[in-house]
Amino acid sequence: MNGLQIVVLGSIVPDPLQTLEPVAGPTGPALKNELMLPAVLDPWAACALFEAANLAKKVAGSKVWLVALGPKAKLQQVMMSVAQKAPFELVVLDGPAGGFTDAAETASVLAGAVGKIPGLDKGKLLLFGGWQSASRSTGAVLSMVGEKLGVTEQFQGVDEIDLAKDGGFTVLERIEGGCYQKSHCKGAPALLGWATGSLPEPPNNPQVGMQNMRFIMPALAKAQPAPLKGEGLKHLGVEVPSQRRETRIVKNASVDDIARELADWIRA
Amino acid sequence: MKVLFLAHTEADGGLGKAAKEALGAAKGLGGELVVGLFGETVQQAADAVAGCGATKFYGVAGADFATARYVSDAAAAEAICKAAGADVIVAPATSRLSRVAAGVAQRIGAKIDTRLTGLEMAEGKIVATRWYYRQRMFGKIQRETSPWFVTVDSGCFAPVEAAGSASVEMLAAPVSAHSEVVEVIVPAADAQTIRPDAKLLVVAGAGWGKSQADGQKHVDEAARLILSLLSATQASLGSSKSLVDQSGEGAALPFLTHMHQVGQTGSTPRHPKGLATCCHGEEPHVVGWRFIGERRAINLDANCGWAQGKADVLYVADAFQVVAKLVDLLR
Repeated sequence: MNGLQIVVLGSIVPDPLQTLEPVAGPTGPALKNELMLPAVLDPWAACALFEAANLAKKVAGSKVWLVALGPKAKLQQVMMSVAQKAPFELVVLDGPAGGFTDAAETASVLAGAVGKIPGLDKGKLLLFGGWQSASRSTGAVLSMVGEKLGVTEQFQGVDEIDLAKDGGFTVLERIEGGCYQKSHCKGAPALLGWATGSLPEPPNNPQVGMQNMRFIMPALAKAQPAPLKGEGLKHLGVEVPSQRRETRIVKNASVDDIARELADWIRA
Repeated sequence: MKVLFLAHTEADGGLGKAAKEALGAAKGLGGELVVGLFGETVQQAADAVAGCGATKFYGVAGADFATARYVSDAAAAEAICKAAGADVIVAPATSRLSRVAAGVAQRIGAKIDTRLTGLEMAEGKIVATRWYYRQRMFGKIQRETSPWFVTVDSGCFAPVEAAGSASVEMLAAPVSAHSEVVEVIVPAADAQTIRPDAKLLVVAGAGWGKSQADGQKHVDEAARLILSLLSATQASLGSSKSLVDQSGEGAALPFLTHMHQVGQTGSTPRHPKGLATCCHGEEPHVVGWRFIGERRAINLDANCGWAQGKADVLYVADAFQVVAKLVDLLR
């Protein structure tokens, strides 16, 4: 294969509009009605997938894999819509996708799955993912998978990649204060943890969806179980912060009065 | 228990605020404290905290470590961690250390937890506080294995100031890199709208880009008012996802980028005060306000999300008029 070999790591998270409530489960904390909650592909991982597909489109012979660890049934639901957005081949690990699992353990099973992808040349690997998940939010798994696979050129908070003809690329990484760090890398193997990226969400393309589904259903059928034990990690308790404020609602006040009150508050 | 405080130095050779706070977190654990620093130079930074009570100072320095590059930073941090042999490694959650923390943890066989907001000893064990699902809930955890690598959020611990003269043991960290930092792109001073140290966060919501009472959009006026308010207050600008998305499509405020986005798919800034304008206060956005102290909002809808216990004060008014008057008063 002469093109790019891009592996995207990404899983599912509860739809952001859902109310989340922690409950104590048999193996530690979980979300109330977790399996019933509508799920979406993790937003930053989705950005990574769309950026990967966009890059692959530009370089002939390229291929994109999406490696996802999550409950098989939920993944199947989410893939029905994700599959219509971009061409990719799915690799499934059937296990927990919640935020209470251990990053190192998750990284270990994901690295194992990436390592077993048939025909993947690790020397040409571009490993993509979200720079943080919307579940665990550690920003740790992707980097650990990279280390396990020997990918030591890593970039995080990436919003843009500019690929040169010689295989080198320039990336923009988010840093503090609304600034970007611009780096140049000679080429793969490399790891990019994506922030929002610079592409809009692609429109649904039923043709791409049908192509993808030829691989997605078999991938789901042969999903490897990946139970995570969480050994050594002890949760002492998880709760939703009680930050309900006594809101004072100011109606029918004049613009001048409101502005004066705000000015005093800002100056105080 | 041996605790390693690990940090990078800043461009001026000193230690940043976040690093000094992380040192406060490390010191608060008790036990034997060791300091590890990397950067172009480390002596000035080591001297700045020489009196912190550390029994040993390690350093990795040189031109290779002047910029924030994964390969070199990870090599430096790995060398320090291995030399220190600590049970717990505490580092600030800066972008530079966040980039390498997990990779270094993997190299030294450590477990990692990031962006902790609490770290304390309870009954002889370390208890860490961290957030889940993008600040929707928080929990306390313990680890029964070591080493344990943690990064701590800024604004959660008291900084350590303990100047003196430190004796630093310099370590070698061979670097073989295929990448280089080309430049840091900083917005022009008059275009700088993200100010992490500002006392006030001003959030612009989707309402600024929508049709107003006269049926017309007033995007240019909205942009002028928002920038005027930022100029008058030196506040930091945030936005909801919907307004940023509008801007990306060229339909709304041109100075907004995804970096301004606050909430579930954006940032969670820390400011003492926050003022939301033309923003409905939906939960995916408001989770990004978790660490904002006093909250006020201006919205035409008295039943918007801010009214549901999410703001201290909600002004039911036209933000265009209020902000125009507010700017006049603050000038």
